Amino acid sequence: MSSWPLLSLIIFVPWVGALLLALFGRNLGARSRRALGFGFSCSTLALTILVLMSFDPAAVGYQFVEHHAWITALDVHYHLGLDGLGLLPVMLTGIVSPLCLLASSRIERGAHTFGALFLLLQGAALGVFLALDFFHWFLFWELSLVPAFFLIKLWGGPGAGRAAYQFVIYTLAGGAFLLLGFAALYVATGTLDFAELTRLAATGELSPKVAALGGIWPKAVFLGVFLGLAVKVPLFPFHTWLPSAYAEAPTGVSMFLTGVMSKMGVYGFLRILWPLFPEQLHAAAPCLLGLALGGVVLGAFAAMKQTDLKRMVAYSSINHLSYCLLALFAVASVTQPDAAVAASALSGTLLQMFNHGLSAAALFACVGILEARSGGRRGLVDFGGVRTVAPLFAAFCGVAMFSSLGLPGLNGFVGEFLIFVGVFGLAPWAAAVACLGLLATALFLLTFWQRVFHGPVGAGVASFRDLNRVEFLTLLPLVILMFVLGVLPQLVIALFNPLVTAWAANLP
Amino acid sequence: MNLSVQHLWVIPALPLLAAVIGALTPRRGRTLAAGAAIAAMVGAFVVSCLALHTALVDPAAKLVHNFAWFDLGSGVLRLGWLLDPLTAFMCVMVTFVGSLIFIFSLGYMKADANFKQFFCFLSLFAAAMLGLLVANSLLLLFICWELVGLASYLLIGFWFHKPSAAAAAKKAFITTRIGDLGLLLGLLWLYNSTGSLLFFDGGAGVLETAALGSLAGQITVGGLAVSTAIGLLIFCGAIGKSGQFPLHVWLPDAMEGPTPVSALIHAATMVAAGVFLIARVYPLMSADQALTEVPLHALTVVAFIGAITALMGACIAVAQNDIKRVLAFSTVSQLGYMMLALGVGSWVAAIFHLLTHAFFKALLFLGAGSVIHAAHHEQDIRRLGGLRGPMRVTFATFAIGMMALSGVPFLFSGVWSKEGILHAAHGWNISHLPLIAALIAVVLTAFYMTRLVAETFFGKARSHEADHAHENSAVMTVPLVILAVCAIALGFLGTPAFPWLQARLLGETEVHGHSLLEGGGLMMLSIVLVAVGLGGGWAIYGRKPRVAENSRDPLVTAAPGLMAALSARLGFDELYAATFGRLGNGLAALAHFLDQWVWGGAVGMLARFGEFIGIVNREADENGLNGGFDIVSERIRGSGRVYSRAQTGDAHGYLRWVAMGFVIIMLVVVLGGAR
Repeated sequence: MSSWPLLSLIIFVPWVGALLLALFGRNLGARSRRALGFGFSCSTLALTILVLMSFDPAAVGYQFVEHHAWITALDVHYHLGLDGLGLLPVMLTGIVSPLCLLASSRIERGAHTFGALFLLLQGAALGVFLALDFFHWFLFWELSLVPAFFLIKLWGGPGAGRAAYQFVIYTLAGGAFLLLGFAALYVATGTLDFAELTRLAATGELSPKVAALGGIWPKAVFLGVFLGLAVKVPLFPFHTWLPSAYAEAPTGVSMFLTGVMSKMGVYGFLRILWPLFPEQLHAAAPCLLGLALGGVVLGAFAAMKQTDLKRMVAYSSINHLSYCLLALFAVASVTQPDAAVAASALSGTLLQMFNHGLSAAALFACVGILEARSGGRRGLVDFGGVRTVAPLFAAFCGVAMFSSLGLPGLNGFVGEFLIFVGVFGLAPWAAAVACLGLLATALFLLTFWQRVFHGPVGAGVASFRDLNRVEFLTLLPLVILMFVLGVLPQLVIALFNPLVTAWAANLP
Repeated sequence: MNLSVQHLWVIPALPLLAAVIGALTPRRGRTLAAGAAIAAMVGAFVVSCLALHTALVDPAAKLVHNFAWFDLGSGVLRLGWLLDPLTAFMCVMVTFVGSLIFIFSLGYMKADANFKQFFCFLSLFAAAMLGLLVANSLLLLFICWELVGLASYLLIGFWFHKPSAAAAAKKAFITTRIGDLGLLLGLLWLYNSTGSLLFFDGGAGVLETAALGSLAGQITVGGLAVSTAIGLLIFCGAIGKSGQFPLHVWLPDAMEGPTPVSALIHAATMVAAGVFLIARVYPLMSADQALTEVPLHALTVVAFIGAITALMGACIAVAQNDIKRVLAFSTVSQLGYMMLALGVGSWVAAIFHLLTHAFFKALLFLGAGSVIHAAHHEQDIRRLGGLRGPMRVTFATFAIGMMALSGVPFLFSGVWSKEGILHAAHGWNISHLPLIAALIAVVLTAFYMTRLVAETFFGKARSHEADHAHENSAVMTVPLVILAVCAIALGFLGTPAFPWLQARLLGETEVHGHSLLEGGGLMMLSIVLVAVGLGGGWAIYGRKPRVAENSRDPLVTAAPGLMAALSARLGFDELYAATFGRLGNGLAALAHFLDQWVWGGAVGMLARFGEFIGIVNREADENGLNGGFDIVSERIRGSGRVYSRAQTGDAHGYLRWVAMGFVIIMLVVVLGGAR
């Protein structure tokens, strides 16, 4: 098996599917068209399981490496590799993507184009998690925007056009800064390879080279890369594109945006910014801690004010992703932090990434189910008593909600707990302030639950049916994983713990 | 037969299994769900008895079994089970009372459509509660603590179609979560200071000498010892869960749940979890006692909060008219007594009262449930009355519960456990205010309980519902009788003459009793106070029973202002709504405003600026460079122009970013190359 270019397959098999759908989709029946898209989307999970069978968590470096010269003039290589950090979002993509397609199975208009674009998006996102050379990493990074743009604009809600433009332009602007930063880095070092750059940074050769650019460049390089990633996560206050993009996108795409795309930014922080610019990150950390706290607290409080359920869940995503960055910035803010505390914070970040993908995707799927039943309504006060007429749906949505608010026994708790352990040990005041976010999260999610599911059966709700088979199959895997990972987090932690331990032991 | 501590997990696992079975059975599987729940609870009771037997072999021993949960950096995060007399007694109590309440529910919930779900949630609650008791790790305890909160949320909101029940459930969850965040911070601090969350771990646990010494030895903000600060944060969790002032507001509202839930969760077990928590971490709470130069000891705060709660709860209970609310405020007050006992240094007195209270308060709530069930869900004591005749068993058992709660000597358990608390408060050398508060509460307790019994059972039926009430079936009355027997018998486990329970809790194998005459003055005083309360209650409500539903309460005639304030629960809900509620809403509005106008506005401005440059550029291009070419096509485009301008403005902006990026890169490359 090892002779197969598994990682390339992971990236490009969805693209093959996209091509097939684009070419022949029009002539296929609805059923076979759906099966084709779903099958190619599932390839990621199948290939990831193959990878997992021979993945060695104890080996800290990259595995399954594919390294070929590509553009020799620019010293660009086709370089793929996988470690614990990359494995997690790849697994997440494998799990979430097919479910997004299931949640989109109601889409009739231009269904084959939708499927093709979605598979294109899936492959691009996987490319971001697997590419180790900036050149094609950035290609994947920007390429992912194109299908996302059309998916939002063409299949989204009434405000989708504006939301899609805002999303793409904002992210592209961030991307331009990122490109600029790396261009300067290339000038300084002559390489775009992440592994090589990381090695240079670790041995201390990188910062004199960047400093040799002179002027404002050393700062500008950091700032450029930082901005590109911060917009993508998004870090507060660069998040204003997110609520409308998530809210206007069709359900399946919202699930993908929050479940997978939002992880690209966090992944970038961990893969690029933190290892390459430790000193700059350390210097900026106090300020960045404040921004992350802003996301945690203001994100949660802004969610309380939303009357559109999708926007509410979108704001909760801002809150949850800010926890990831809070932990990372807390680690960066302290010189030579205690290895155990730093390991908690970093494990928490990785776990939170994974868990948020599951619970946020499930919540978006639930809002989508409400929309499908009510003819597109999704206001906080549009429902009431749904639990009476659809108890199974209520139970699944309840599990997702409690997972999202960090109830112990479900997956969300472990990540948040580890983040709080780490942040408390590194910046106690930040942990205390972040508690406000936990409280506000509970408040708005329980308000959501109370207004929609409890109380007397609302007007128009009485005719709601409980979950149909497709909806059941969309939510079931997520709900099962929430329970399993809540009780046995070791299943995921084992995949990245040696890597995190190595990180924590070698902190500057 | 002994139970090895490795197998202690069986106790919570049995009800957990029942909960899973309950969740997976279809709605019509009523017998299966209820049968599994009751069988699991009885099974857990048997195993708990074995555990108690094991724990009493050497009461001083802390039997632990620790295991790894997951890898954390180069170490592992461990959880564990703990068996000592405290755990064992609590487990036996919870499973015994729980079994009876489960059986009672068979009758009480018979007609409910969600019968099966009810037993599923009850089992989930029992599993979490028992997990909390057997935990040897503050983290595991916290996990179960939160799950208990979830079960409580689900059960308060069991009749979720009622908006009041849905709101009460949310209020309970949020209010207790405020306390829980304190507990979480305390836990984090403890973990960061000691590197462990295990209570006992062969000398390395947080409740063992080494860790306690270092925690008490460090000073933090305000001159407090670290152990004091951590202790107070942990106490925040107990304040929330045990309905202590100032977070008591959720507990009376929790009565929206079905009455068996009120009996099990909001009277006998879960609300006592806060008391259990403080008793469990007592070495930590009292680690600062030896320090003299610190400004505050953790236990002093506990004592005062307990005293305030005991007095406040008893006062408010006097003015409530809902049978369950009277009992709810009585629970608040009694939990205050337990906290007071913890604060003044006698955790065994607190646990003894916790155990006796669990039985007689469960009895009282089930009695109230029996009344409510018979009277077709009438809960207002002004509309009840005269039930003594038709409901003999309920009346007799309720009266026993009432006398146990009031502290009638010498037959009833309440008097012995309350005596221990008063005694401990008397011996406290920091202040006598808590003792005075507790003594006033003794009078009030006897008074409001007499009122409750007189209004409910004496006089004439004052409504159609009460008139047609008749005794319930055996499935409901037998648990009442068993609990009534316990409400009497349990007291003799811990009388001052033979304090067997207290000695075992303290890890002693020999029991040193003392004569009742020692400290007899305080006992005499409290007996007199009980008599005053009973007599006063009877004089006002018993001799001349209320005639009609709307006749005026004599106390309201006497002190209308005070009674109105008490009846409105002293306005805490309104106060919190006006302060914290508004603050929260204000913060939400601010966050939303910042998002809309400041962050979003800045981006919007930037975009407008880009668009403006784009337009200027385009105008210059079109008019200056190739103006003539485009005039024709411009006219054709005509009407759609405004729209297209906005759109192309954006697209131009987008291209411009890319172009700018490329230009800058080229500059960098050129400049870099030139260097």
